[in-house]
Amino acid sequence: MPSAILADPAEVTSSEAALRRFLHGLPGVDRVGTEARAAMLATRSIKTDAKVAAIDLAIRMIDLTTLEGADTPGKVRSLCAKALHPDPGAPDTPRPAAICVYGDLVAEAKAALGDFGVHVAAVATAFPSGRASLDVKLADVAYAVAAGADEIDMVIDRGAFLAGRYRDVFDEIVAVKAACARGEAAGGGSAHLKVILETGELSTYDNVRRASWLAMLAGADFIKTSTGKVAVNATLPVTLVMLQAVRDFREATGRQVGVKPAGGIRTTKDAMKYLVLVNETVGSDWLDPDWFRLGASSLLNDLLMQRQKLATGRYSGPDYVTVD
Amino acid sequence: MGNPFEYAPAPESRAIVDIAPAYGLFIDGTFAEAADGGRLKTVNPATEEVLAEIAVGGEADVDRAVKAARKAFKSWSALPGAQRAKYLFRIARLIQEHARELAVLESIDNGKPIRESRDVDIPLVAAHFFHYAGWADKLAHAGLWRSRTNEHSGADPKPIGVAGQVIPWNFPLLMLAWKVAPALACGNTVVLKPAETTPLTALRFAEICVEAGLPNGVVNIVTGAGETGRALIAHPDVDKVAFTGSTAVGKEIARTIAGTRKRVTLELGGKAANIVYDDAAIDSAVDGIVEGIFFNGGQVCCAGSRLLVQESVADELLASLTRRIKTLRVGDPLDKNTDVGAINSAAQLSRIQELVAAGEAEGAERWSLAGELPGKGFWFPPTVFTGVTQAHRIARDEIFGPVLTVQTFRTPAEAVEKANNTAYGLSAGVWTEKGAKALWTAQRLRAGVVWTNTFNKFDPASPFGGFKESGFGREGGRHGLEAYLDV
Amino acid sequence: MSERLEVLKTYKLYVGGKFPRSESGRVYAVTDSKGRTLANAPRGSRKDARDAVVAARKAFPGWSGATAYNRGQILYRIAEMLEGRREQFATEVAAAEGVNRTRALAAVDAAVDRWVWYAGWTDKLAQVAGGANPVAGPFANWSTPEPTGVVAVIASQRSSLLGLTGAVAPVIATGNTAVVLAAGASALPALSFAEVLAVSDLPGGVVNILTGHPAEIAPTLASHQDVNAIDLTGVAPDAGVASARDLEIAAADNLKRVLRPGPKEPDWTADPGTARMLAFTETRTVWHPTGH
Repeated sequence: MPSAILADPAEVTSSEAALRRFLHGLPGVDRVGTEARAAMLATRSIKTDAKVAAIDLAIRMIDLTTLEGADTPGKVRSLCAKALHPDPGAPDTPRPAAICVYGDLVAEAKAALGDFGVHVAAVATAFPSGRASLDVKLADVAYAVAAGADEIDMVIDRGAFLAGRYRDVFDEIVAVKAACARGEAAGGGSAHLKVILETGELSTYDNVRRASWLAMLAGADFIKTSTGKVAVNATLPVTLVMLQAVRDFREATGRQVGVKPAGGIRTTKDAMKYLVLVNETVGSDWLDPDWFRLGASSLLNDLLMQRQKLATGRYSGPDYVTVD
Repeated sequence: MGNPFEYAPAPESRAIVDIAPAYGLFIDGTFAEAADGGRLKTVNPATEEVLAEIAVGGEADVDRAVKAARKAFKSWSALPGAQRAKYLFRIARLIQEHARELAVLESIDNGKPIRESRDVDIPLVAAHFFHYAGWADKLAHAGLWRSRTNEHSGADPKPIGVAGQVIPWNFPLLMLAWKVAPALACGNTVVLKPAETTPLTALRFAEICVEAGLPNGVVNIVTGAGETGRALIAHPDVDKVAFTGSTAVGKEIARTIAGTRKRVTLELGGKAANIVYDDAAIDSAVDGIVEGIFFNGGQVCCAGSRLLVQESVADELLASLTRRIKTLRVGDPLDKNTDVGAINSAAQLSRIQELVAAGEAEGAERWSLAGELPGKGFWFPPTVFTGVTQAHRIARDEIFGPVLTVQTFRTPAEAVEKANNTAYGLSAGVWTEKGAKALWTAQRLRAGVVWTNTFNKFDPASPFGGFKESGFGREGGRHGLEAYLDV
Repeated sequence: MSERLEVLKTYKLYVGGKFPRSESGRVYAVTDSKGRTLANAPRGSRKDARDAVVAARKAFPGWSGATAYNRGQILYRIAEMLEGRREQFATEVAAAEGVNRTRALAAVDAAVDRWVWYAGWTDKLAQVAGGANPVAGPFANWSTPEPTGVVAVIASQRSSLLGLTGAVAPVIATGNTAVVLAAGASALPALSFAEVLAVSDLPGGVVNILTGHPAEIAPTLASHQDVNAIDLTGVAPDAGVASARDLEIAAADNLKRVLRPGPKEPDWTADPGTARMLAFTETRTVWHPTGH
């Protein structure tokens, strides 16, 4: 699509009016057709060798998450141990991509994970509501980055978005992106920025498409569906719309952006459906933990049980995977 | 590791179906050989494996079947509607119970992907019987009590009599349901001839009728080829002819019954335009174009075979369309991940090949999905022709295969003019996010079914049928009763 | 050895897909036509009525939003489940109504057939009662019958199973949800019928069944501001405290649609037509411009 409509990204974000014109000029999303397409892809059947490979890929894509008021250092250490040794009985089990925690527990997670390559992602910007002043949000980000976070999962200001103040949303993402930069002392570079759209609150697929483009134009490295804290979290059709957006954005700008559905993905079957969606919407370029993540917690154990089933031929049970 | 999503084969089990080596004709509740012992073979179009031998009904067999139907008509039509309803509800339930078996059987005999037979054909078959079961005791509420020929036809309209029904091979059991369910609901009895290449689900349906306890002679299935169909339609004691198939045969039927009192409904060919405006929801439009022309391998009378795209978005739409077609999976119909299955017969394949060759010869630009097709069986890859004009044969003749022609237009009026510039008038599609424009366009399209922002949707409550050379009469919903009542 | 002692059923209300005892903690003895006690029924209270309305309201979006085909399948399933309990209901109807077994069986069969009849209506009423309207102007215009909402049903107190079916099936066929008061002879068969509904894929809350004293419950339902319509068919002329007219006056407070009782018990075996369905539907008309 939009190579024609996005000749100059800087131009479309140059003013509130230009940004609105651009976002409202995106093609509409047909709800019924989108949901039908997602439902059809959900009938794909992944068997045998393909399933073995897909399960390991799904494990590698997990952002293993704990985001509770009751989180403690002990809980986080336990989760990190799980990430390093997902299935003690099967040492060939791959590790998840990252641990996802609140900012104040980043240092704990960092220490527990060591140098094994499992990232630490921190939610920030007054997660999950995003209701705080910009200064507080940026301080939240800076704190997590300073504590060693490899990735920042920010929330957009849904109130501003729904009120049509797109430029405010855009500026805030740009500011957060800047705050993701590490100091020279910390080795430079920048924490990866995932932008949570909270699609359950945006409600329409047209909004999801516009918010996706808005976040990408502002510099998001990833766009993420949900906080997991509202009534409707990741769904297949929402993820389909976001995948279409990253596909079209790369075509228009040459820059590839990742996608992370989060919340409510609990079973291997769910995970397979998301991978199929990726495969048939954006193709194998995105079938990699660098470009697609699954925000989840209980999903890992279900994948491990399926993995054991494929290895042994017997159905496993919850007593044969570790609880953390 | 490579991409794990070269999905491994995921075949639906064939063990669920039990195909006999040979089948007779189903007349008056029992199976019997054809009087002259005629047989034909039905093959799996994906493998060319012979599935079974089928009796070929001749004039004597047709006569026997019509007599059985005539005999059964007296008591069947006299049953209270609520009783007929209960038989049809039973049939609907038995179809639901045997749904997977019927889906596999349909895919083996027809070549269509199991995903379609499982998720579309068979559920619609059951729904159709369910829907018309409910009508059987509500005919007085259908608003169809005007009478021309039957002075007894009052508020409680009467059936016509014995229906001779001839159906095609593209949706074998679904077309049977569209014919048999309303006929029986209204109190008619039927003699049905399935297509010669796809008789197996109809024969399985005959067994379901027995299981449901349907009185003998109410449904008779006479298998065979064209001659069998001709004999049925010409039979003097057939009161009503219902045909779905080609426009050429439809015209032949119209000539055959000229001067008789036979009623007729015809559901014939099509060359549907699928109009995409520049303000369409492009991603869904692309899905709809694909659904429109590659559903059942384009072997669909209402297929959206002519894409008319607004010139201002043509390039970007075609790029998206091509990308999407490249994700289609062509192959084993029984694989749960197959999107496009086999062409139903060698004859149909050669017709597609002939028309595609004509398209190339006339200068249209052909693009076909690359990839190896199975060595055995009848296959044709999803194909798109660009640079097509109204003058090209591929834009005028029904191809009945996975072949899309693309033309552009500049204004809504031009889109409508080109869409209507055909002898057919079965269906059409319109894609725009602007509701008023969708309805404006729909009101001007000379087609029996217009889909806006969707395509190839069917429902037992929704009437289906054509304008112009796509035939006349409607199947589905309240409108579908008219074809089987003496009104 | 002593003779086997029968296990007696405790009858309970049916609210929100569950079988609670009455909030009142009370029961009353249900007697047969000769005054002999058949069993105790819960004596539903005003609070039970309130809970039932809440359950019906909660079920309304899902049930009215289900496809007509889906509703038809479920109504047909009710018929299937009832057919399988033919003997049980023949016994219960005979005891409750004081009729002989032959008549009781006929009533059960007619009830099964009535569910089948309404199962077939779910996806047809819109084609019979709705349609396209040829307005003069560049507009598409069409009308459809839509469910009115939560319907209170004062069920027949004489025709237990068939009367209950004849009143409840048309209410839910079109997508309404129901709060049913079954009193008199209907109480026990109605509560047993709830057991049929509970195994018929009918979502909880679509039909709620209360037993008790009409004088206590009927006025509560008639005056309830979150009830959209009321079927007064079962209000017996000799019910005393709350006459049909009093209930109709109470229903006027939020302009409930009221189906008045006839002068006598309806003939439940007769072809019911569409009147009872249309009594609880609203016609919605949509205008849409056509142009480009």
